[in-house]
Amino acid sequence: MELNRRQFLKLSGAGAGGALLYSIASRGAALGATSPRTIPLHKKVGESPTICPYDGSGCGFLVAAVNGKVVNIEGDPDHPVNRGAACSKGASMRQLSADNPRRLSKVLYRAPGAADWEAKDWDWSLNRIAQLIKQTRDANWKAKDGNYTVNRTEAIAEVGSSALDNEECYLLIKMLRSLGMVYIETQARI
Amino acid sequence: MTNHWNDIANSDCVFIIGGNPAENHPAAFGHITKAKERGGKLIVVDPRFSRSAAKADVYAPMRSGTDVAFIGGMIKYVIDDMLANPQNYNMVYLKEYTNASYLVNPAFKGPADLDGLFSGYDASKRSYDKSTWSYQVDDKGIPKKDMTLSDPNCVFQLLKKQYARYTADKVSETCGTPKDKFLEVCRAFADTGAPGKAGTILYAMGTTQHTNGSQVCSSYCVLQLLLANIGVCGGGVNAARGESNVQGATDHALLFHLLPGYLERPLNTDETLQKYLDRSTPKWTDPKSANWVQNLPKYLVSMLKAWYGDAATKDNEFGYQYLPKGSDNYSFISLFHAMYDGIIKGLMVWGMNPAVGGPNANMTRKALEKLDWLVSVDLWHTETGNFWKRPRVNPADIKTEVFALPAAASFEKEGSVTNSSRWAQWRYKGADAPGVAKPDLDIINDLMIRIKKLYDADAAAPNRDAITRLTWDYGTHADPHKVAREINGYDLATGKLMVSFAALKSDGTTSCGNWLFSGSYTEAGNMMARRDLDDSPFNVGLYSKWAWSWPVNRRIVYNRASVDPNGNPWDSEHPVIKWDAAGAKWLGDIADGGYPPMAADAGKYPFIMTAEGVARLFTAALPNGPLLAKGMADGTFPEHYEPWESPVKNPLSGTQNDPCIKLWAGEMDFKGDSDKYPIVCTTYRIVEHWQAGQMTRNLPWSVELMPEMFIELSEELAAEKGIANEDMVVVETARGKVTAKALVTKRFKPFRMNGKVIHEIGMPWHWGYIGLSTGDSANVLTPNIGDANTMIPEYKAFLCNVRKA
Repeated sequence: MELNRRQFLKLSGAGAGGALLYSIASRGAALGATSPRTIPLHKKVGESPTICPYDGSGCGFLVAAVNGKVVNIEGDPDHPVNRGAACSKGASMRQLSADNPRRLSKVLYRAPGAADWEAKDWDWSLNRIAQLIKQTRDANWKAKDGNYTVNRTEAIAEVGSSALDNEECYLLIKMLRSLGMVYIETQARI
Repeated sequence: MTNHWNDIANSDCVFIIGGNPAENHPAAFGHITKAKERGGKLIVVDPRFSRSAAKADVYAPMRSGTDVAFIGGMIKYVIDDMLANPQNYNMVYLKEYTNASYLVNPAFKGPADLDGLFSGYDASKRSYDKSTWSYQVDDKGIPKKDMTLSDPNCVFQLLKKQYARYTADKVSETCGTPKDKFLEVCRAFADTGAPGKAGTILYAMGTTQHTNGSQVCSSYCVLQLLLANIGVCGGGVNAARGESNVQGATDHALLFHLLPGYLERPLNTDETLQKYLDRSTPKWTDPKSANWVQNLPKYLVSMLKAWYGDAATKDNEFGYQYLPKGSDNYSFISLFHAMYDGIIKGLMVWGMNPAVGGPNANMTRKALEKLDWLVSVDLWHTETGNFWKRPRVNPADIKTEVFALPAAASFEKEGSVTNSSRWAQWRYKGADAPGVAKPDLDIINDLMIRIKKLYDADAAAPNRDAITRLTWDYGTHADPHKVAREINGYDLATGKLMVSFAALKSDGTTSCGNWLFSGSYTEAGNMMARRDLDDSPFNVGLYSKWAWSWPVNRRIVYNRASVDPNGNPWDSEHPVIKWDAAGAKWLGDIADGGYPPMAADAGKYPFIMTAEGVARLFTAALPNGPLLAKGMADGTFPEHYEPWESPVKNPLSGTQNDPCIKLWAGEMDFKGDSDKYPIVCTTYRIVEHWQAGQMTRNLPWSVELMPEMFIELSEELAAEKGIANEDMVVVETARGKVTAKALVTKRFKPFRMNGKVIHEIGMPWHWGYIGLSTGDSANVLTPNIGDANTMIPEYKAFLCNVRKA
């Protein structure tokens, strides 16, 4: 009997998000072997559903990780948009994970005129950025435009955010508008 | 999207124009395949025989930038056929659900009268006085109508007059489309005009990235309304969005001209909350129109309560004065000009790479050098974050202070994203981020806590209260669930989460961060995390219990147009909603507004989001309401204009370009002419790579699949220029040049237009100078010129020349 992945998940009594015990049905080494042999695997692999970070289709994927490290990412067979399918980007998604050495893993700083980056910590960097924002905002504050009170700064801009979660987008716009910013643009514009 | 991905499978005819979902939305393309398996047709119109075209029943080539001419020709075809064979069309829909019958101001004149212009044009301001773009109204202010659609001033007759010039021969001459192919497209799509049939238009940036991109979108709406294809299963005008949460970022208004939920930004002249509300709230006297947007005051005040809490009171206009006001255009092209001119001194970049993705990349990169400081929050090193060490510059000369902050990836944190279908879907933390990388939510929260501290300590800072009084109670690690609940909103009297925006108030007793998302996280739980595949009652793929769709979990917007005035579906096999007379309620999808069917005493017109209550074939300029209600910048009907850089004179009128586009005159703004640059160039994406490249050019598998930048050109052009496949070629425009390998292909064919041969070439725009795979950026070539309404850059049609390197 052949099981598709979805039936397999149901039969193994675990849905997405739960811990499940993998077992692999193998045909054995010899060609023509008739009875499948079961190799039990002993690692418990947590799977959690996610949504693809690439285009706006909103395809579902399942992330399998052991001790916080990704071991596999594949299409979510239950997801109504992609039904388990993946394009080449979705199928490569696990290479976005922490084991890609090209990921940024440190806070980096480049001093004016410097030829390269240097590592800094979050505390120093965020304090410095907060100071730069305040300095730039206050020194370039536009309280009036002609007779109108406008309370804005045109000296700071923000671009991006289409890769952020909704909750992040919301906090970001709340922060930026409170600073009096008007130069705010996301990928939708381009 | 008006509809959603799964619904495309219900379509009798899928019309793809300005997009290439087989390449850019490949897994979702399965729904198009399903429509075909069910007997539906696929039409693809594109300058290039794309991977989507390879799946099409009908493919028609079209020169880049001639979309309105093409669709205008289809509109003419449908109108002519409709007059000859009205039994093949849904005339009730046209007469009752659109403004076809509305009488227009007799002083209004259109391009057919004014050689490509509308009445009221002021050449010195490059804008229109729209006073004639109005309806004739009765003594109650309600538009006069002619239900026979024969009055020469009724919208239908004006529409017919507008497109009378768009004959099949003219379309062929303008677009370079063979006439027989054009007519084949017309026939196939016009078939969906029959009641019970549905056709969908699926588009993407090939539609919008033009100087008249907004009017291209409008032309789709006009065509779909004539065919009664809006609101129904398998119909609609559907934008396939290119980033996982570009929809959500737009909904939450990370855009200069909006506040969350598509609310108007305050202008300089909106001195008080009342003035703002008076200006931006639409007023309409026809009692049959729901005019839903008149609820705007409730949404704005509730947003201010979410932002300023107890500091937002009736006495201080609910904190309205804390919001910045601005009347200028601060959009992307303006932003980089302001940076180049030294006005912008600090830039935050959140997961974006404008040094590759913005137009006129040489200018973008030069503009970055003018910054005092730059913060790039990303998973990767990007061209933008590393502009100071790009090829051919000396870092010592660049004084910008730069930060690269490491962010967690999508599956290393928890939160929701909104797809093209408007579905907000919750995703979970599945793995750990590398090193000290952390979620953007934590970065934003931590940064704002520090900014607030600085302002708490400085009583003399300008407009300090806007910052110090902002509610920011997220603790050290912001919980996405807490933020999601703030977005959903609360009844402040009971402390309970809102069920929907219907109960929001303008008196300060409710809070709601974004009214569109009200209902996404209620006392019943996180609706965005639902995974129930139940498809009852009609089994048309609505999946109403999977995740959550804005607004109010409505899966197909304008769905009241899917039923007749008595509430019976036009298509009984694929109903979206259906009136249950005995139970006095709607069955199926969440109906647009809870009102009974239109024919009932308490019934309303179906298009609740327009002031008129009906859909607009003619975009009037209304006196009150949000920006869009005041009419498009560049006309009441879509009219064909040539791209800013074009190889031909406009065949349809003496007005060459969209008359309302802003012309830039900075020292790096260059326009090429067709003598020096006779070839049309366009840009696009490929499946193996994504956007500005940082998310794929750092992955070994993606780079192995598509290792380098290339330029596609036709066999005919290659022969003319002595170029062989895989030769290195140089493409040059007035802005810059790109060198890459030639891909000589049958996918491009020369356009033959009225005896003249026009070549078009194309290239992907994913490459840059940082990453595992590097190459020249296509955007070095593209111009800083934007759409007349949105200022989206014209990446899709510009002029170049090509030679062997």
